[in-house]
Amino acid sequence: MARVAFTANIQRHVACRETDAAGGSVREVLDNLFAALPRARGYVLDDQAALRKHMTIFIDGEMIHDRVRLSDPVGETSHVYIFQALSGG
Amino acid sequence: MSERLFVSTRKGLFHVVRARNGWVIDDHVDFLGDNVSLTLTDRRDGRHFAALDHGHFGVKLHRSTDTGWEEIATPAYPPKPEGLEENDMWGRPLEWSTARIWALQTGGTNEPGVLWCGTIPGGLFRSVDHGDSWTLVRSLWDHPKRRQWMGGGADVPGLHSIVVDPRDSRRVWIAVSTGGIWFTEDGGASWVQRGEGMRADHVPPELTHDPIAQDVHCLAQCQAMPERMWVQHHNGIFVSSDGGRNFSEITGVEPSVFGFPVVVHPKDPDTAWFVPGIKDEKRIPRDGRLVVTRTRDGGRSFETLHVGLPATHAYDVVYRHALAIDDTGEVLSFGSTTGGLWVSENAGDRWTMVTHTLPPVYAVRFA
Repeated sequence: MARVAFTANIQRHVACRETDAAGGSVREVLDNLFAALPRARGYVLDDQAALRKHMTIFIDGEMIHDRVRLSDPVGETSHVYIFQALSGG
Repeated sequence: MSERLFVSTRKGLFHVVRARNGWVIDDHVDFLGDNVSLTLTDRRDGRHFAALDHGHFGVKLHRSTDTGWEEIATPAYPPKPEGLEENDMWGRPLEWSTARIWALQTGGTNEPGVLWCGTIPGGLFRSVDHGDSWTLVRSLWDHPKRRQWMGGGADVPGLHSIVVDPRDSRRVWIAVSTGGIWFTEDGGASWVQRGEGMRADHVPPELTHDPIAQDVHCLAQCQAMPERMWVQHHNGIFVSSDGGRNFSEITGVEPSVFGFPVVVHPKDPDTAWFVPGIKDEKRIPRDGRLVVTRTRDGGRSFETLHVGLPATHAYDVVYRHALAIDDTGEVLSFGSTTGGLWVSENAGDRWTMVTHTLPPVYAVRFA
């Protein structure tokens, strides 16, 4: 299972501990993750279940390419990082 | 008389209360550091609602409890149909996603728990369970003319005003920037355009008088005479005496007819207040002098109210939800983009500054 970690900034709103989640794609990993943590879903994904505009996800150090369908593959031992993109001031 | 204000700001929800020495900011601040865009008080049961915009993490809605606040459901759009091509005025795909909660209103006294919510990009939502869940009003969203709505202050359309007829809660008016005024008399099952007589000076001549082309900034209704409605529009002030079917333009108002908010006296349909800026391209008070304008005769004449307001080097803009009136019609308050907050207890004759150091103020509401 992939290891998933969240930005520290989300913790103020929803406690999201680093955890393991199964899945072969970002979508599958997030679906499994949010099944156990439903309130976090709306903080990461928008109404259409795409990645929020100012959020980003890295898999093993590489930013994902498909922010809409979340089809980027995730390996069995991948590290997934859910961060906010830098914006604003 | 109301003795408590909710002041929604870029950096938190401030409580302003009437004390023995005047109106003061309470030490306790809710959501300090967070962007609070709007509040609603449900006078039917005393609950309060607060809309937040967490930026990266999206828009959220909170409801008061006995001990504080709880996050409740955020109005969310259904899946955009596969293959549907719907673009905004810039040619980019219109995102079916709540970008801002821009209007919150309670239903009628005969329908406890019913709430209405207006959003950017233009969707109207309804809740029948105090906000536990929300449903997109498809009859309006799927209306073929909704596609003609455009961005006004934002890039995409925004639904900012919701008015429920105090005599019949099935009758609801909404206003869109830009998309004009829309009306339902069957609780939202069907909608018709309202607003003949308004004039838009920023569109091609053939659209100037088209009700759908009107950039209504704010729509206000007199509680005692619901057929009387006032509009602060992008290029003017308009008034209706027939429930929004027809509007007349009010001209010759000094210092200007440009602004965002309007409030109407709850009992006197002829009395309304505005906070003018120079014009759309110069959104600042004229001559750096912050004033409120008031008519007491249905728009035939206006007074310029300035006592207690800064007379020089004031660059305050007052957003459409940042002017409030209480149920007596005597107490008014407004907050500005530069962090000023003023209260009047005599219908605007004299104002007292509560503070000038708040974060930018988005909304002011009497609790």
